[in-house]
This record gives sequence, C-alpha cells and structure tokens, in this order.
Amino acid sequence: MNTLLNKEEIYKILSDIPDPEIPVINISELGILREVKLEDGVCMVVITPTYTGCPAMKVIEDDIKIKLKEVGIEKVKVALVYSPAWTTDWISDSAKEKLRVYGIAPPDHSSVDKKVLLGKPRELKCPLCGSKNTEMISQFGSTACKALYRCLECKEPFDYFKCL
Amino acid sequence: MNIQNAKFEYLLRLGDSSLIIGHRLSEWCGHGPILEEDIALINVALDFVGNATELLRYAGQVEGKERDEDDLAFLRDEREYRNLLITEQPNGDYASTIARQFLFDVYMYFLYEELKSSKDETLAAIATKTHKEVTYHLRHTTEWMYRLGDGTTESHVRLQNGVNDLWMFTSEMFDMDEFDEVLIKEGIAADLNKVKTEWEKKVKEVFAEATIQIPTTTFRQKGSREGKHSEHLGFLLAEMQYVHRTHPGAKW
Repeated sequence: MNTLLNKEEIYKILSDIPDPEIPVINISELGILREVKLEDGVCMVVITPTYTGCPAMKVIEDDIKIKLKEVGIEKVKVALVYSPAWTTDWISDSAKEKLRVYGIAPPDHSSVDKKVLLGKPRELKCPLCGSKNTEMISQFGSTACKALYRCLECKEPFDYFKCL
Repeated sequence: MNIQNAKFEYLLRLGDSSLIIGHRLSEWCGHGPILEEDIALINVALDFVGNATELLRYAGQVEGKERDEDDLAFLRDEREYRNLLITEQPNGDYASTIARQFLFDVYMYFLYEELKSSKDETLAAIATKTHKEVTYHLRHTTEWMYRLGDGTTESHVRLQNGVNDLWMFTSEMFDMDEFDEVLIKEGIAADLNKVKTEWEKKVKEVFAEATIQIPTTTFRQKGSREGKHSEHLGFLLAEMQYVHRTHPGAKW
C-alpha cells in the first residue's frame, strides 16, 4: 500500500477519470465520485449511480481500480451507495458548460418536476446554434441519462441531459 | 413470523416484478415499431433490471444465506418467483405492451412514492432513486395511451383489447397478506389500499382522455404470492436463465 498519499490526494487522482459515456467530464464533476476513505490499509471509494441500471458503473469501478494500481494502491474497495439519490443538481456549472460545448444540452432545472407527468417537454436551447426553436424527438436517448431533441433552426439533432 | 422473513418475501415481490417486466421489455430490442420507441423501451427495461438488481441483492443480504442477486435471479424456479402476474404476460402487439406498461407504471409510481418514506433505510434509498426514473416511464406510457387510444380506429381497438386482456391481472397488485401487515406495522411496507385509491384515480383520468373504457369484467386472476403463475413465466425463465445455468460460475 502506498502510504504517501492521503485521501484528498487520492480523490484528486480519481477525479481525472472521465465518464465512460460522456468523456468530456470527469466522475467528480458529474457527482458520481462521492468519497474516499482510508481504513486499515484499505482504500475505500464510494460512488453513486446516475441511473439504477447504468451500465457504466462497472466500467467506472474498473477504471478506479486501474488508476489506483498505477499509483501503487492495491487494496481497493469500491462501494455503491444509493442515498442520497443522485441528482443533476450535483453537476457543476463549469461541467454543464463542457457538456454544452460537447453538443449535449445540459440539465437546466433541478430534479424531476411533476410537470413531466403532464407531458410538456420544456423549452430548450440548441447547444450548437443557441436557438430556442427546438423540439423533443424522444425522451429516451442514446444513454439512460439523455433525451433526444432536434433544433428546428440549424436542423441538427442533439442530446439533452435529463433532469433527475 | 419474524420480520426478517417478511422482509425477504417483500423484497422478492418487488424485485421479481421489476426483473420480469424488465426482461419482457428487453424482448422488444431490435423489434420496436420505430427506432425511438425501440430505444425508449430498452432504456426503461434497463431501469427495471437495475432496480431488480438492487432489490434482489438486498433480499439476499436480508436472507443471510449468502445468495447474491444473480443466484436469486438465475437459480430459482418458477414456483419460487413472486412477480405479479401482469408483469409476465407476453408483449403482444405494441398497444398491449403499452397497456401493460401503463397499468404497471401507475402502480410503480404510487407504490414507490409510499416506499420513499419506508423506515427501512436501504429500501427507502432504492425507492427514492427508482421513483425519479418511474416518473419518466409513466410520462412516456401516458403519452402513448393518448396517442393510441385517441388515435385511429385501428390503434384504439388494439389498445382497448390490450386493456381488456390484462384487466383481470390488476386486482392482485393490491392484495395484502400477513407479510404486508407485519411490515406495515413496522413502517417498512406500503399500504396498498392507499396505492389502490391513487391508482384507480389516475387510470380513470388517463382512460377518459384516451377514450378507453374501463373493462366491466369481474373475473380476477391471482396467485403470484403463492408462486402460482401463468404458463408464460416458465418460458421466460427458460430463456433468461439458460446461459447462467449452462455455464455455472462463468465470469468475464
């Protein structure tokens, strides 16, 4: 066990791990990486899934183990926690801007509001041309956390990171 | 009866229903009527299987016999499954899948809303997460109820037929027995009478808008709590469990 590193330093190292499906932001910015603990020579990393069935969690767990092995930490435990439940509110403003530049419209509103039940998709800005003249194609997109939209100005389809 | 047994049974009921309906939805993969719907149903399937993974993992911990979520999913037989009968019914055409999913999504929405305040912390955490996802599922199926029900004559007839065929399986969703009673007393389980009132209200409201009639049939089919299933579950399990049982302990 590499004892030269404290938990803050380990957290910083793990922060470099990109999200496997949205590689422009890292797991810390996305709010998946919750905590690093050092207990009896074991490095415990606490993560939380964005969506319950998110298949990226296994990849993230492997990435964490590989990253820590590179700095000489072999005894690693990755724990999944569900409480408090992940929310798009944990995505930082700078990460939201990175999403937009990458072509994904960032979540604009906190949590799921009851209006989603009434079936009115909210007005969204196209991440490419900035027009508000957009429409939803499908509320389920290429990954569990995204919906599919299109811009009626520049005609480009784009992903929207759903509020949760 | 002790609380541990009751909790194990309760978690199986919740987890099995999610697993089986998730598997059913996954059968649409590559067969959806349009690409967006294919993707939508598979996303929803993934949420349900994810929810089942958590519930069955927790069930295994509560049971204390070192069975994990895979053991419980792949190594139990039909009679040991506790999923609601509606979840195992075949997909049929797209309208009957939407009918099944809508009736079940409304149930999930109100049931998990109750479970969010369960005194069992793990169950409450799972429920809080799941409830957010179910909100999106329900919105999706509600839109399709309107579109098909109030659409063409053909789509209306198909949706009404789907609802008629499934109606007899809806009442067992609200049955309660001694397991529920023990857990309700502990503040762990949801009172299904309460869920039923909300469910009926929402279903009635959406049916009215979708011009769908509430079936008048009074016949009720139940049995999932005793592991008595329709003939469809065995075939589903045969497909779902085949690889796991053919290669025991395989890892990749």
